[in-house]
Amino acid sequence: MSQPQAAVGAAVPRVDARLRVTGQAKYAADNSPDGVVHAVIVDSSVGRGRVTGIDARAAEAQAGVVKVISHLNAPKLPHREPGFPPGEALRPFQDDRVRFFGQPVAVVVATTLETAQHAASLVKVSYDARPPSTDLGAADPADDPETYARGDADRALESADVTLDLAYRMARNHHNPMEPAGTVARWDGDRLTLWEKTQHVQGTVETMAAEFGMSPDKIRVISPAVGGAFGSGGRTWVHTSIAALAAREVKRPVKLVLTRRQTYFGVGYRPAYEYDLRLGSDRRGRLTASVHDVRTESSRYERHSEDVLAAGRMLYSTPHVRQVYGHVPLDVNTPTWMRGPGYSSGAFCVETAMDELAHELGLDPIELRLRNEPSDDESSGLPFSTRRLRDCYRAGAREFGWHRRNPKPRSTRDGDWLIGMGMAAGVYDTARSEAQASVRLDADGTALVQSATSDMGPGTATSMTQVAADALGLTMRQITFRLGDSDLPLAPGHHGSRTMASVGSAVQDGCDKLRRQAITLAVQDEDSPLHGVDPADVAVRGGRLFVKDDPTRGETYRRLLARNDRSHLEALGSYAGAPESERFSFYAYAATFAEVAVDARLGLVRVRRMVGVYDAARIINPRLADSQAIGAMTGGIGQALLEHTVTDHRDGRIVNANLADYLVPTHADMPEMKAIYIEGEDFEADPIGVKGLGEIVIVGVAPAIANAVFNATGRRIRHLPITTEALL
Amino acid sequence: MSTERPEPALTPPADPPASSSAPSRRAFIATSTAIGGTVVAGGLVAGPPPLGAEAAVAAEAAPGSRVSLTVNGVRHTVTIDNRTSLLDLLRERLGLTGAKKGCNAGACGACTVLVDGRRVNSCLTLAVRLESAEVTTVEGLEKGDRLHPLQQAFIDQDAFQCGFCTPGQIVSGVACIQEGHTGSPEEIREWMSGNLCRCGCYVKIERAIEQAAGRK
Repeated sequence: MSQPQAAVGAAVPRVDARLRVTGQAKYAADNSPDGVVHAVIVDSSVGRGRVTGIDARAAEAQAGVVKVISHLNAPKLPHREPGFPPGEALRPFQDDRVRFFGQPVAVVVATTLETAQHAASLVKVSYDARPPSTDLGAADPADDPETYARGDADRALESADVTLDLAYRMARNHHNPMEPAGTVARWDGDRLTLWEKTQHVQGTVETMAAEFGMSPDKIRVISPAVGGAFGSGGRTWVHTSIAALAAREVKRPVKLVLTRRQTYFGVGYRPAYEYDLRLGSDRRGRLTASVHDVRTESSRYERHSEDVLAAGRMLYSTPHVRQVYGHVPLDVNTPTWMRGPGYSSGAFCVETAMDELAHELGLDPIELRLRNEPSDDESSGLPFSTRRLRDCYRAGAREFGWHRRNPKPRSTRDGDWLIGMGMAAGVYDTARSEAQASVRLDADGTALVQSATSDMGPGTATSMTQVAADALGLTMRQITFRLGDSDLPLAPGHHGSRTMASVGSAVQDGCDKLRRQAITLAVQDEDSPLHGVDPADVAVRGGRLFVKDDPTRGETYRRLLARNDRSHLEALGSYAGAPESERFSFYAYAATFAEVAVDARLGLVRVRRMVGVYDAARIINPRLADSQAIGAMTGGIGQALLEHTVTDHRDGRIVNANLADYLVPTHADMPEMKAIYIEGEDFEADPIGVKGLGEIVIVGVAPAIANAVFNATGRRIRHLPITTEALL
Repeated sequence: MSTERPEPALTPPADPPASSSAPSRRAFIATSTAIGGTVVAGGLVAGPPPLGAEAAVAAEAAPGSRVSLTVNGVRHTVTIDNRTSLLDLLRERLGLTGAKKGCNAGACGACTVLVDGRRVNSCLTLAVRLESAEVTTVEGLEKGDRLHPLQQAFIDQDAFQCGFCTPGQIVSGVACIQEGHTGSPEEIREWMSGNLCRCGCYVKIERAIEQAAGRK
């Protein structure tokens, strides 16, 4: 970063704001290529078994129905297993097996959506149905759990001064982004184009190439706008293959959008957990041992894993730790990452347990955490690159007014309302992946920067433009950043808070290379006022190259390119991603504070105030970072108090598969919220000094609320969501 | 002022009446509209022949109607399948994809548009009942190149992230201001609660509405 940083760190508005407020941003289903027809999936009404017959005659008799496709008439596809997640991926109509309630068993293609919807309701499917097993609590985990151990936790627990034996339970959550998953597929000869809702355009290319046995270079995936995803678009689900298959069969472009109900089994979800935790400490609150026995749901055909154990391994100094993470195979569709995956679920248990221990010992919850602050990462033995969690506690306590908290539960009232305060820590790992970005500076002094990344809401194009502006020495208005097209340079999936670190570093590298190219051109050009200057002494600002110590001496990119008869300069930036063997432990940290009011008689919980403080290292755009944090606190209120996917275990049906019965926070649920980012950078993590922030901002929100509920009521609720019923 | 626009090229719907004896919702709708006297007999062009339906009986046309309505100041006369929602008419027939389909069940508000000045969930509104109606979508809020004050306020307050619920939030917010439901943050929140935002921009949406309401 030899360039002055002006755009990075500035709270500038989104570069694509106008598109979004005028309805011009194009999401997948907004595309209607010439001749497009509509597809509607018929999904299984049994939870396990085989399809024994499909009577599509009534559907096919509808004028406008083009074709009904099922395993009875679908072509056999070549298919290569993608290898991740482990197992056998769900495939489009390649066999008669029903693996879960809601699995696609047929698709109806018609010239209008109305006809396709009605015809889909006329398809009669008969089954050989078997009782499904969908209840996490009633089934056994597979016999190959993931395990971790250091020291001898069981023995250390026996001799601990204080022990707690706690059982936590967390409901399944669905992402429910406002945009349902959907695809528009078009074949041009042997080339496939998809307008797809995805967080990973190049991942969708790989999945399609594997399913259809195609060369990836014949597939293009376009996704310039993603209507929220929160992890649900991290994988390519079977409906995308169904849309492509249907388009090939009917020889017309096909639009297939899942209904809201279908998204509950058409994409993944945050799995339900049972997390049994035993903690041991000495009288002064220093942890001596912890045993984590975790069970989670997965499908029978694939295994989804996420890092639910990390918080218990490394957040606090604990000499003896033992962990078991078992997957319970059920007749359900495969879970997937959902915002703060693993960490968010793990933090609910660990952070509630810390609150329980603080109460048991009569210690302030922050003081207990400070006493267990580790000096390095005890799970890896590595030093922390940066860990400003103490700063988070301090800033949060001050901003929130933590000193006003009465540690005695059920001691603060406001009329009928019991008032309580709670806090929790959070942690999320700093993922970095290989990425590239192309940079082109045109003779008119504007630049185009491109990478196949995505934007599901954080403002990727804006923050990338900021990085590019500083590295190129241009204003943001002079730069266009393009994303969401698989033909663009390599980018990892837009998930796991890795986009800024990975793609941002590639953007900076490409822009640095291009700027140096221009400076070299200038200093070697006898006609340039910069001729003969040491390139290291030249900087660029506002599109003008100049000598740092003598700013009057210089010229613009435009003049330089025009005189040298160059239509443009180009560079390809790259970032290698995290090294195979890390030298540091890289994590972002959070401290979340919540004040709740609980109606003493009705058990109704209202969150009144929240403060979130984050160590996410460098903040590229404080305005966007603030929105992410406020949004995650809002999502965390849902996770804590509202969100609960309910399955009828008799047939495996999700009974609240809609936005009226699966409750998410609304305008009326909003408390006063404030987000604070601790200043700092982490250049060990990546060249632009960021640690990622999309996930960390939600980790710790639910336990902060749960701990506040305990402080308000004296009732310790160990399951999510904390519903009114639990408090009656 | 409205301008006349010819009917766009159609992919006409076609569908025989339900054969079951129980009155289906679709059949009920067809009956209702016939009572309303707006059904235009015939006038439906046959669609492409159904492929792979060789054995099927000859299909009959779905009950359709001709309806004239004004959308963002442009008058449209269209012949539509009676089952068509206003949202699907806008998105799939008129090329106005600003209003979004989030749930198709009136639970999320992403499809909010104004019909004769009132906010409605366009996914729950049958297009055939909108004869002579004036519809305003997010695409109709700008005055020339100038954003509506609430659109500008959404930018100023960073009141969106993914942007998918934004058209519905903005149209709903415009109505909320017109209705006079902006007396306090609490009142705004209450009257905006039909519009879900999963990115969690509510606090900033409320500020944007306050900002725009204050300018009135």
